[in-house]
Amino acid sequence: MMAKYLLLKHYRGAPAPANDVPMDRWAPEEISAHVKYMEDFASRLEETGEFVDAQALSMEGTFVRYDGEGRPPVTDGPFAETKDLIAGWMMIDVETYERALDLAAELSAAPGAGGKPIHEWIEVRPFLTAPPTITE
Amino acid sequence: MDEALLRTLTPTVIGVLVRRGADFAAAEDAVQEALVEALRVWAGEPPRDAKGWLVTVAWRKFLDAARADGSRRRREELVEGEPVPGPGEAVDDTLRLYFLCAHPSLTPASAVALTLRAVGGLTTRQIAQAYLVPEATMAQRISRAKRTVSSVRFNQPGDVATVLRVLYLVFNEGYSGDVDLAAEAIRLTRQLAAKTGHEEVAGLLALMLLHHARRPARTGPDGRLVPLAEQDRSLWDTCLIAEGVDILQAALARDRLGEFQAQAAVAALHADARTAEETDWVQIVEWYDELVRLTGNPVARLNRAVAVGEADGPRAGLAALADLDPALPRYAAAAAYLHERDGDPATAARLYAEAARSAPNLPECDHLMRQAARLNARLRGGAAT
Repeated sequence: MMAKYLLLKHYRGAPAPANDVPMDRWAPEEISAHVKYMEDFASRLEETGEFVDAQALSMEGTFVRYDGEGRPPVTDGPFAETKDLIAGWMMIDVETYERALDLAAELSAAPGAGGKPIHEWIEVRPFLTAPPTITE
Repeated sequence: MDEALLRTLTPTVIGVLVRRGADFAAAEDAVQEALVEALRVWAGEPPRDAKGWLVTVAWRKFLDAARADGSRRRREELVEGEPVPGPGEAVDDTLRLYFLCAHPSLTPASAVALTLRAVGGLTTRQIAQAYLVPEATMAQRISRAKRTVSSVRFNQPGDVATVLRVLYLVFNEGYSGDVDLAAEAIRLTRQLAAKTGHEEVAGLLALMLLHHARRPARTGPDGRLVPLAEQDRSLWDTCLIAEGVDILQAALARDRLGEFQAQAAVAALHADARTAEETDWVQIVEWYDELVRLTGNPVARLNRAVAVGEADGPRAGLAALADLDPALPRYAAAAAYLHERDGDPATAARLYAEAARSAPNLPECDHLMRQAARLNARLRGGAAT
């Protein structure tokens, strides 16, 4: 039974990876290798029929809330340094939970500084589905 | 099946239906249905009178829809009042459609969608794919847009500047999905230029052609962005450049300068340089001066500062930049570039990384990050020796 999962990458908020070097300290070829790894990963999942969507998010974001009738929305400005900040996601549709974990691990192995895997922590979130037709 | 021919006929056929008494929204729906039928029925060979065929089928679709609406009386009135189809085609129907679809009461996104469908003859699905939204969303956007302009009289004259803004937006959207929006924008602007003698239409067409000519050189084989100075100029399309320059010169000769002509002039000067070193930056700065005078646009000021940096040295460029708001898009990238040229790689690296963090798209973000990485690697190498 196919199920959808969101693989989340974080700019901040996930535990620090083993190979934790900011990207502007990598060699330019290492950045290219990383970009290529991510693109190849997505095309492979398209070929296996498991890819749904992938998007990257800007580093800038704002919390917003309602502040009452006739008042403008309240924002807290850019995220404070400590807040969770999502970098992007990939949505996959796979047979098993184990498959989702394997793919997340593969994403986490993307090369970083020194051409070595980043070991980045990827968050795996199952989608809640529509209720089944037969319940008893 | 010649889809291009069909799409060229779209606005003309809508115009015919409107002149026969259909309202714009119903006419547009009927012509879309006729297009879909044509794609199915023509199978490789369009009828000799393709336009006549489309008018007949679209008119029937319109009457069917009107009947389904229960407005039989209106339909009968229309049939009785139907003019004899003849050679009296109004050239200006297409032009009126451009104005209607770019009407100032529409938001830019709605105007773009409506123009691509009613003037461009694209299907809702194609437009949705190009803008990465669900088809149902795009269908809603288009039908709301049609409702917005439903009270506008079809023969009301419009402002060509609003049409140009819409076409400019379509061109800048670039390329995603199976429709090449840049090529479509060029086709629509070419068609508009053939119907008006407006200098700015020519200016925009020249601008598009000159930028389109550089497209093969703008991205590397791995999809990465290649900046102008590093592009392989042998990949530039010389036919498009020649056409763009001709169109621009004819427009400039009429001495009614506008922002698109000025932008095209900058693009033409780049196209004219066989190497990046041969670029005539002094003239480019003069054109940016014109552009700033015409529009006061802060983005033009930013581009001008970079050009000043090339013409008069990085210090002069940084001085020009100092007058601008650092919150401007691409301010940090421009500052980084000028600081590197001024021999300050540490500041440049910091600014490139900052620019990457606020980049509006992924290729640009990767490009700026690579620039920061390149300078940081050089700085580390320097520290080691």
